[in-house]
Amino acid sequence: MDKLMRLLAESCPAIDFAGETALIDNGILDSLDIVMLVGELNDAFSITITAEDLVPENFNSAEAIWALVQRLQAE
Amino acid sequence: MVYNILTYLRDAAARWPDKTAFADAEAVLTYGQLWDTARGAGTAVSRRLGGARREPVFVCIGRNVGSIAAFWAVAASGNFYVPIDPSLPDQRLRDIFETMTPRLVVTTQEDTRPLPFTEAETVSLAELAGEAPDGALLDRVAEEVLDTDPLYCIFTSGSTGVPKGVLVSQRSVIDMAEQFTDAFRLGPENIYGNQAPFDFDVSVKDIFLAVKNGGTVEILEKPLFSMPKRLVERMEEREVNTVIWSVSAMKILSALRTFDVLVPGRLRLVMFSGEALPCKVLNDWASHLPEARFVNLYGPTEITCNCTYYEIDRTFADTEAIPIGRPFRNTGILLLDGDEPVTEPGRTGEICVTGTCLALGYYRNGERTAAAFCQNPTRTAWPERMYRTGDLGTWNDRGELLFLGRADSQVKHMGFRIELGELEIAASAVAGVTSACCLYDHGKEQLCLFYQGPERMDRELLGALKKALPRFMVPARIYYLEKLPENRTGKIDRAALRRTYIQ
Repeated sequence: MDKLMRLLAESCPAIDFAGETALIDNGILDSLDIVMLVGELNDAFSITITAEDLVPENFNSAEAIWALVQRLQAE
Repeated sequence: MVYNILTYLRDAAARWPDKTAFADAEAVLTYGQLWDTARGAGTAVSRRLGGARREPVFVCIGRNVGSIAAFWAVAASGNFYVPIDPSLPDQRLRDIFETMTPRLVVTTQEDTRPLPFTEAETVSLAELAGEAPDGALLDRVAEEVLDTDPLYCIFTSGSTGVPKGVLVSQRSVIDMAEQFTDAFRLGPENIYGNQAPFDFDVSVKDIFLAVKNGGTVEILEKPLFSMPKRLVERMEEREVNTVIWSVSAMKILSALRTFDVLVPGRLRLVMFSGEALPCKVLNDWASHLPEARFVNLYGPTEITCNCTYYEIDRTFADTEAIPIGRPFRNTGILLLDGDEPVTEPGRTGEICVTGTCLALGYYRNGERTAAAFCQNPTRTAWPERMYRTGDLGTWNDRGELLFLGRADSQVKHMGFRIELGELEIAASAVAGVTSACCLYDHGKEQLCLFYQGPERMDRELLGALKKALPRFMVPARIYYLEKLPENRTGKIDRAALRRTYIQ
């Protein structure tokens, strides 16, 4: 989780991820942020996030992103 | 001859009263409803302005059909609309307000936050639409309209630090709608998936092409573009067959590998603009949509959407550049090197535009207007207005125009036009910053800001910029330097910064 928080902070310095639970629903993460994040997450955690995984429930909070990363790593 | 934009709506409402004109996630407006709303709210707008004409009216936009109804109401009142994104920072909103000084602001969403326009009357569309139409008043406005009257004013980044309001006439929009309809054979069967926000001139095409031809516009809300599967599901459900999108939206769907999961298989016409589309992305789209036509569109807001187009008619390798093609009919294009025309293939010149498509100018900015909209230097016997785009181009051997880049420091980021100078001025205005320089990282598609000052203050600077600038202008990367490098003439050495931090 620490590694993820560092990656998020570096990728999107303008966004405060801690405690945020509606990153997608409130439009805090926009589509370009998602494109960049997907690339960074895939590289950093050796996973492949597909369009199927791109639903608000997986990206609304840092915890949700972490759960997605762990699930994909386990697959 | 059509000389009043309302003619399109009146005819569509008479012919297809029950057909959906505009739809968003929740609501639908038929042509009949849109016509009635425009007349009722148009009457109310006119009364609130004491019958004034040709005045600016702010419309606080959302991704909703109400924004569109408000635009038409303002047009019906004989005035022009200024689409305003209420989520912009207060400072930006104030800049725009002070340039336009409107007397009336129309809101289209119930949850609009308090806006910093206390001098103007603010009223909701719902309240305006409750007014009974005054037929005599509306007829008089319609009779007295000139096609040279402004229809809208859209703001764009200005290199001097203040955004510029591009004022566009009814005539230019009617001309755009006629030429697009002919060039791409548009009709009532087109269902447009609207991606572009309404304060962005790409959306002008969706709105007026649909109404001219009795088509339908499906307004796709912004979060869908982060969640592409939902986006494609919506497009399929609403039977979208036409998109006029920014290149950045095309790139997003491709980058997120959307088509591996789901394809918007009804698409037959895909038009894109805003920046150069990498052929790799085009080829990805084209391979999944073999029945669709793809069109590259080119042009700045100042010439009413687009002045040239190229319909993809051959295969391009991933590394090739897609031409921007040839001018629309009734549009003149010339390349100039200084004041000298460039005609031989391969030579570079500035892309210059003549014809009805030219905007009226920048609102209350005679100086910038005179600099960009000037006399065509190749025309010495009579006055002819010409717009200098600041874009560089060249003709290829096939007689197609190619886009080569900018003559100045304007960049395209996420489809938005940004003057790096505007960002530099905003950063330099922050206390503790003594000098600032902005570069664009084309590889990572990020704005990079370098600043100098007594001490490092990334967080404070970022906070101040977020308050001053629209979100798309806030830099993704910030570098503090005790001293910015200078070249021999004492100017900031941009090339050195680029070498050290970007490449």
